[in-house]
Amino acid sequence: MAIDNQELIRMYRTMLTIRRFDERASKEFRGGSGTVPGLVHSYIGQEAIAVGVCFNLRLDDRIVSNHRGHGHLISKGADVRRMMAEIFGKKTGYCKGKGGSMHIADFGIGILGANGIVAAGLPIATGAALAAHLEGGDKIVAVFFGDGATQEGEFHESMNLASIWKLPIVFVCENNQYAVNTHYKYAVAGGSIPRRAKAYNMPVRSVDGNDVVAVYEVAKEVVARTREHIGPYFLEFNTYRWSMHFESDAIPDMRPKEEIEAWKKKCPIVRFGKRLLKMGVVTEKDLADINDEIMDKIQDAVDYALESPLPAPEDALEDVFSV
Amino acid sequence: MRKITYTQATLEALQEEFRRNDRVITMSNDIPAELREEFGEERVRLTPISESAFVGAATGLAGSGFVSVVDLRMATFAFVAMDQMVNQMAKITYMFGGQAKFPVLLRMSIGAGIHMAAQHSISPYSMYMNVPGLKLIVPSTPYDIKGLLKTAVRDPNPVICFEHSALAMVTGEVPEEEYTLPFGKADIKREGQDVTVVALSRMVNEALAAAEEMESQGISCEVVDPRTLVPLDVETIRSCVRRTGRLVVVDEACRTCSAASEIISLVVENDDVFNKLKSPPARVCGLDVPIPYSPPMENYVLPDREKIGAAVRQSVRK
Repeated sequence: MAIDNQELIRMYRTMLTIRRFDERASKEFRGGSGTVPGLVHSYIGQEAIAVGVCFNLRLDDRIVSNHRGHGHLISKGADVRRMMAEIFGKKTGYCKGKGGSMHIADFGIGILGANGIVAAGLPIATGAALAAHLEGGDKIVAVFFGDGATQEGEFHESMNLASIWKLPIVFVCENNQYAVNTHYKYAVAGGSIPRRAKAYNMPVRSVDGNDVVAVYEVAKEVVARTREHIGPYFLEFNTYRWSMHFESDAIPDMRPKEEIEAWKKKCPIVRFGKRLLKMGVVTEKDLADINDEIMDKIQDAVDYALESPLPAPEDALEDVFSV
Repeated sequence: MRKITYTQATLEALQEEFRRNDRVITMSNDIPAELREEFGEERVRLTPISESAFVGAATGLAGSGFVSVVDLRMATFAFVAMDQMVNQMAKITYMFGGQAKFPVLLRMSIGAGIHMAAQHSISPYSMYMNVPGLKLIVPSTPYDIKGLLKTAVRDPNPVICFEHSALAMVTGEVPEEEYTLPFGKADIKREGQDVTVVALSRMVNEALAAAEEMESQGISCEVVDPRTLVPLDVETIRSCVRRTGRLVVVDEACRTCSAASEIISLVVENDDVFNKLKSPPARVCGLDVPIPYSPPMENYVLPDREKIGAAVRQSVRK
């Protein structure tokens, strides 16, 4: 493994930040301070994918995220204070309280937004990749989506367009097995998502999405190839979401309890922590310190959100159009 | 002044804007050869028939520093890309708190009257009026479309241009020298004293023909073309109705929840104008059926100069 020790620690720290962020956002939503409106889709269990991919991206590369997007945003460098403030519906949030959890964006660091419609980010990402192509440098785009998105027309149309135009885009499918409660083996004809990408004439890799080093290494190779602007690439990462579709009892979790427990034993963060200990990159104390530091950071984000002002009601009338 | 067709005016507008800004990119599955020859296949991109993909790509491209121009051809095909237009393009500026601009121009042809049946004859602008975040233009003349399209390409927001297919070969005066036309400024196409007729797109021509006929019957009609529906020049329409006291709105689209309905609401909601009304405002619209194929039925469900004339006479009689 040729990843620098400092980089490994940074990856671990980012994965744990995502974990603690979503634990806290979910808790706040489910009661906590009682002030979080809307919905939260937790990324817990999938942290290795966002980190392994985004750690191979530059600030000027662009990503397009989805409804389960907090992990992608944090990995690309988003500020957890402004994210938390947005989830709390505050004026200091990324979208001034107009978007909430599902619509966080930071165009300054190449985050073209999360998206509340399954697969809708793919055409937008394809357009961003067209921009990179027309600019002519080595900038690329990565778009994140789940197994559920691969049954949508927008998925197929975007894959086709990106392929015929040879656009610099990495399609990142996070196969967490279920679209809400529907298993992908039921929903995907033929049972294989990568096969679909092959049909659109692009190279494909399918990797363990709970092994951050494996994700990082494949992403590194694929991102480097994509920077040559010779066409799109498709990555499938197999993983599992720990929580229900979103943090609410409105849609009960129908997945087998034993299956959920079995996947929790494959926790990407515990696994990576053990590996770092074994490699001698960190000590138990280092890991505990990192955790304390992140808990403080998340508490600070919540404090910031709580102390931030709500938008004025009439702010609702601003930003319909750009001037 | 020279006369050119509506289609030629459209092409000139795009050519001029392409020359002015090299970040303007167009996508369509049917592209004018002149554009491709002059600006090349990178900027003038031929797409497969994948409306969702290329309309969505237009948004992503625009959000990444380019200006997207998409020709969807018929408005009816645009429905295939409804998610990308309504859920994404229209809302993205707002949902993200105004942090990025999305200059996208979507062009689509509209209109019945050429026997193309229900799936190729729709004029759906009022559906989009119900979607905040989109600017909507409905040019009725070669002069208007050239000036408005140039403004649309320079606007930092999504704009939809609805181009009536029956206007394509209509000619009109267009100056050689460059000009643009502002959004939100209605054009009074004919002055008149007795009745204000507000007409949209191809119906402007029908309203002008009806006004001519009414003149011979001693009724003076004013014909107002809003030219843009979002933003809508309510002030001009109100001031016209304040003066004439009578309003007829002509819109080829189905009458229920039409642009005509909205225009009448905006006029009568105003106390001052309401108090000056001499008769109830009237709509002359398409009937609430899908457009039928066979000419006798198609003609029956669409507004025309006779139906406009009848509504004008009715409004004066009351």
